[in-house]
Amino acid sequence: MITLNGVQKAFGANAVLRGVDLTIDSGTSMVIIGGSGTGKSVLLKCILGLVTPDSGTITLDGQDVAKADRDAFLARFGMLFQGGALFDSLPVWQNVAFRLLRGSLKKPKDQAREIAIEKLRRVGLKPDVADKLPAELSGGMQKRVGLARAIAAEPEIIFFDEPTTGLDPIMAGVINELIREIVTEMGATAMTITHDMSSVRAIADNVAMLHDGVIKWTGPVAQMDASGDPYLDQFINGRAEGPIAAVR
Amino acid sequence: MRALLAPLGALGRVTLAALALIGRVALFALDAISHMARPPFYAREFLSALFQIGWLSLPVVGLTAIFTGGALALQIYAGGARFNAEAVVPQIVAIGVVRELGPVLVGLMIAARVTSSIAAEIATMKVTEQIDALVTLSTHPMKYLTVPRVLAGLLVVPLLVAVGDVIGVFGGYVVAVNNLGFNPAAYLKNTVDFLEPLDIISSLVKGAVFGGIATTMGCFYGMNSGRGAQGVGGATKGSVQAAAILILAANFLLTGLFFSV
Repeated sequence: MITLNGVQKAFGANAVLRGVDLTIDSGTSMVIIGGSGTGKSVLLKCILGLVTPDSGTITLDGQDVAKADRDAFLARFGMLFQGGALFDSLPVWQNVAFRLLRGSLKKPKDQAREIAIEKLRRVGLKPDVADKLPAELSGGMQKRVGLARAIAAEPEIIFFDEPTTGLDPIMAGVINELIREIVTEMGATAMTITHDMSSVRAIADNVAMLHDGVIKWTGPVAQMDASGDPYLDQFINGRAEGPIAAVR
Repeated sequence: MRALLAPLGALGRVTLAALALIGRVALFALDAISHMARPPFYAREFLSALFQIGWLSLPVVGLTAIFTGGALALQIYAGGARFNAEAVVPQIVAIGVVRELGPVLVGLMIAARVTSSIAAEIATMKVTEQIDALVTLSTHPMKYLTVPRVLAGLLVVPLLVAVGDVIGVFGGYVVAVNNLGFNPAAYLKNTVDFLEPLDIISSLVKGAVFGGIATTMGCFYGMNSGRGAQGVGGATKGSVQAAAILILAANFLLTGLFFSV
């Protein structure tokens, strides 16, 4: 279980997170929604330790992540980045098997390659993609390679940062379906940040809305449409009028 | 009064910013050194850096050295003729290339070719979240990106300097023998007899220091780049400027250390 208590983060005078309280139960899929620039990515990076919060605590299974053994902590995570964040200089299979080629999870090269090809197949890519460089792939294929990399070491917790941004609706649907399937079959805890409502409905067990640096609403996805929360209503219906200023 | 103090305030801000930058660079370099001493060590990245920095720099180093050696021979001959000292061409070419021009020009060529490339590559990795991805994959960016490059720079740039020295002296030899009428055997004998071990040692030490500076600056500016294309451009430009200035300043200090009378 991941728990955030009063997490605050400011960049200079810009207070991005103003006290975020949130709980993500093990084995569930939480989707964080919110407008652009509301701090969704910062929140995710705070949990991973890529950004240090100014105050507040973040715990994983009761243990403060700031005090945890970093390698052991990160070994439990997989992450799909918004742009894929594939390493340009490495072929696709080495990107996917990156964690399996070095560090505590190191495996023989042949075995790591086999696992990478199996994971590529899992996300709907053919084995001949394995030896290509990321630059030779389309945006959708890069996202899938990023997804294969995120699940390669079979992590307990997977983060998805804007998994469908920049993809056409069909490819976005494919990625959403893949995420749902993979999270279910692995029994992983998932945290996704997005502002794509079709992703929310496809991926989420629970939804949290981040606005103005705090969680405005959180609950099961089934209750989202009847929440009665004016912020959430405006956001999920894409209305220009409402409590959220259209020009920010 | 305020108008009078404004220039002083601006000067103070620039000075403080420069001192802060020096402090950050020093801490970065110390961090890189401390990571060199601790596992894991990424051999594949190190070998790749050796190839990129060493082997692929050979053409530019060779061309720079041969033209500089040739031009130096012509200059010394023309200048020496003013006081009947044309015969010192082999000795001055040797000392000029080995002590000064070889290491400095190789250092500046490495700053232009390698520092810029390292800064642009790492800055692009930062902008596209590849550095964050490294962290989430339990890989320390300092160990994976900085240590292999800095270590390769420290080890391979002295070799490049040695190659540059030999080619530079050869450039002087070719011009002196073919254009200035020097005897080939006498030219080589004068060159070898005149050089002392300290000349060569100073050249190689300068190479190692310049290699360290060039690669560290590339990594530092890359890791600390701003956002977007402008951030990558700024990191690349800043790294080359800083590396070039530091190389020239270090050259002055090292020359004083080795040869002050």
